[in-house]
Amino acid sequence: MTLEQKAADMAGIEIRDLHLSFGDTKVLTGINLSIRPGEFFAFLGPSGSGKSTLLRAIAGFGPQPKGEILIGGREVATLPPWKRDVGMVFQSYALWPHMSVRENVAFGLQERKVPAKEIRSRVDEALALVGLSHLADRMPNQLSGGQQQRIALARTVVIQPKVLLLDEPLSNLDASLRVQMRRELLALQRKLGLTTIFVTHDQEEANTTADRMAVLDGGVIQQIGSPQELYDRPVNLFVARFLGTANILEGQVEIGSDGALFRTATGDVLHLPAEGTAGPSNIVLRPQNIRIEQVSAPDTLQGEILHREFLGSQVRYLVRAAGTEIVVDQSHRAGEVWLDPGTGVHLAANTRDAVLIPRGA
Amino acid sequence: MTKGPHPASFADRLPAFLFPRLSPIAMVGLFIALILFGFLIFPVLQVITVAFQDPASGALTLNNFGDFFGSALFRQSFFNSFYVSAISVVVATVIALPLAYITTRFNFSGSILIQSLGFIPLIMPPFVGAVAMQLIFGRNGTINLLLREHFGFTLPFMEGLNGVILVQSIHYFPFILINLSASLRNIDRSMEEAAQNLGAHGLRLFRRIVFPLATPGYIAGAALVFIKVFDDLGTPLLLNVNNMLAPQAFLRITSVGLNDPMGYVISVILVAFSILSLWASFLVMRGKDYATVQKGGGGLAKRDLALREKILAYGVVIFILLIVLSPHIGLLLLSFGTIWSFAPLPDAYTFDNYIRMWEGSQQYVMNTLLYAGLAATLDVILGTAIAYIVLRTGIAGRKWLDYMATAALAVPGVVLGIGYLRTFQDVDVPFVGKPLASWWVIIAIALMIRRLPYALRACMAALQQVSLALEEAAESLGASKFRTIRRVVVPLMTGGILAGFVTSFATAAVELSATIMLVSAERDSPLAYGIYLFMQTPSGRGAGAALGVLAVVIVALGTVLSQIIIERDKKLRTAGRD
Repeated sequence: MTLEQKAADMAGIEIRDLHLSFGDTKVLTGINLSIRPGEFFAFLGPSGSGKSTLLRAIAGFGPQPKGEILIGGREVATLPPWKRDVGMVFQSYALWPHMSVRENVAFGLQERKVPAKEIRSRVDEALALVGLSHLADRMPNQLSGGQQQRIALARTVVIQPKVLLLDEPLSNLDASLRVQMRRELLALQRKLGLTTIFVTHDQEEANTTADRMAVLDGGVIQQIGSPQELYDRPVNLFVARFLGTANILEGQVEIGSDGALFRTATGDVLHLPAEGTAGPSNIVLRPQNIRIEQVSAPDTLQGEILHREFLGSQVRYLVRAAGTEIVVDQSHRAGEVWLDPGTGVHLAANTRDAVLIPRGA
Repeated sequence: MTKGPHPASFADRLPAFLFPRLSPIAMVGLFIALILFGFLIFPVLQVITVAFQDPASGALTLNNFGDFFGSALFRQSFFNSFYVSAISVVVATVIALPLAYITTRFNFSGSILIQSLGFIPLIMPPFVGAVAMQLIFGRNGTINLLLREHFGFTLPFMEGLNGVILVQSIHYFPFILINLSASLRNIDRSMEEAAQNLGAHGLRLFRRIVFPLATPGYIAGAALVFIKVFDDLGTPLLLNVNNMLAPQAFLRITSVGLNDPMGYVISVILVAFSILSLWASFLVMRGKDYATVQKGGGGLAKRDLALREKILAYGVVIFILLIVLSPHIGLLLLSFGTIWSFAPLPDAYTFDNYIRMWEGSQQYVMNTLLYAGLAATLDVILGTAIAYIVLRTGIAGRKWLDYMATAALAVPGVVLGIGYLRTFQDVDVPFVGKPLASWWVIIAIALMIRRLPYALRACMAALQQVSLALEEAAESLGASKFRTIRRVVVPLMTGGILAGFVTSFATAAVELSATIMLVSAERDSPLAYGIYLFMQTPSGRGAGAALGVLAVVIVALGTVLSQIIIERDKKLRTAGRD
């Protein structure tokens, strides 16, 4: 027996047209999602976006949803939680305080009527996997937060679930432990080859761990893709704003004699490198893709520095330009002279890295 | 302000090692300590000492305990007390568990019924219900008459120890219900979901996860039931079950005499068992703070019931509530009945019992108002003072005031009664011309000591609500300690103090076990003793029941009143904060 899964055992998750309501309140609408076997997938969204509700629906908790949930090809949406064979790690860890660490980890195996001898060896294996074999006889309240987290993980993976669900697993840890734990989680997931869903509201956590992720807002999936795809090519303003800092200018795309250009509402013009579709649009400019110039040039926006923050590796300026406030990050070098608020500047945007989002998206 | 140093007063010139300088508050503390010592610790120690003394020579000996266990009657009584207490815990659990489970696990409209009616037993002293129970469940009671008529058999609900068990478990099960429900409500939903996620459900889930997490509450309730039943005197006495420990102690002291060591030996055993079961429940609960509810997270998931389940749930709840309320129903019927004997229901209904009761028991009612009022007043005064000293001062040994006052919980009423008789029989009260042990004031003092732990908790809770900054503000504006307490602290504690007063008053009004030992003349009898006297004769039962109804009404009004005070106080507090 080993906890590592063979590729053949890996199960994908398929969610088709899932709807869910709490009474009259719609919480999830039209969820379609396909998670590949062995994938580390993240649900990312602000609180109230429905990401935890979706995870709990996969585990079988909460109100009965409409739609299909398939795990490894098996329809589970109508099954009770104890028949779904999914492992869930709770935000609060939910270790039972009246049972020792060993009893906690053994619980799922006992419920599956595994012979006592095998339980012992599998519990030992699971505890060794999370590096806490020496704590087997402790009670949960004698463990630190990080240790509890690992035991909760061991308790879940020991039953060799088809998929592993993690509900904000790092939110109860302090900042330094969080970074370490997320690396351990990823290493463990890779080692076990378990299809994993990770719920978080922290984009950094999702970016650093997930193969792919779904960004949720208002109970609707906004976009699915790799962290890089989502950052570089957001399909709508919500995703653009939620992942990283985004400067968004309203205007429209026009096709001129010298190619496509973006005309802002204030009349400033930025030439676009590629063909665009003419019409009302927004342009997303990341702070690091804007340069501050002292002299006017074509394709620059004239503005005035309002505020300055020193962030260590970068200096962040807030500039009033094109009828709005634009965040600009300049990388910092030793001894550099900073610009003071009130200084007039010109902003040169690198439109090759900019994203056009049609108005309304 | 006076100028310059005070001239050394006479008191200041006394040698400090003989007359330690005490702050006024420490003096108050010392005075309270003396009261507690004199009326609680010393009498109990006296009882314990006598139990270990040779009655003739006064030498230290274990012979009395040898005699106790050498007697078949006492061995039997000991076993019976233990048996009755243990089985009462079991029966109380059987009553409380379904009620707690249904209210905390399901969306059940009958929950309100359980929450209100389930606690009614506590507002009736168990011995009052005992006679009514006899008429409903007894050999010739309603149920058995009907059974015999229709099915040709009877059930011995009330025969001997069964009767005590039935009355006690019906009376005390709310202790388990309250504690168990609170524990169940404190379990976080994720505890249950984690188990479901790993494959557990249904009864197995309840047995392995939910119930174990609720054990601290259950144990606390069960221990309380065990002690209360073990120590209770009134119920076995009224049911004429004398082969138990508390009635034996009472009978030995009242019929054999104050010098018979057996009453003392039994007292020691009662106290030892009280302490033992408190200690055992403490051991079981140590390190088990299972309250797992997360911030924002809810308790256990509540499920809707299907129609069939709903009918079943209502059936169970109504059946249990009918049994639980049968003493009240029986008492009401008895108080309005003309003759109720060998019949399922009284022959006819009348107000005569109430008229007779009123004519015959005005003295009892007046005495009760006097004793309970005095006891409750002293309780809140002592409670406030102790709470203040424990929570707000650094006086050495202040915790001991709390410990001493709370220790009264472990002292059964019978034991306190015996202790007072023994200790104060030779203490003559000046100008009254009789010993303190038979002066009516001693009854009020006994009630005060017995209710002090509850009043103290209420006062402590009230004081904890008063921010220290309010007090400091008064002091910085020039108010002295005592003036601060009088003008700022006590007014802010009023709600809690009043609630403590009302509960102390209401429960003291129906206390029997200590008073029955201390009543020396019928003229001095309180209401509870009056009921006991009425119930001794079949013809007095109707009037006794009427007096019982009056007692229930007093306690019920007291409970409602204290709830209203607490609620209003809470509202006042939150309003001030907005």
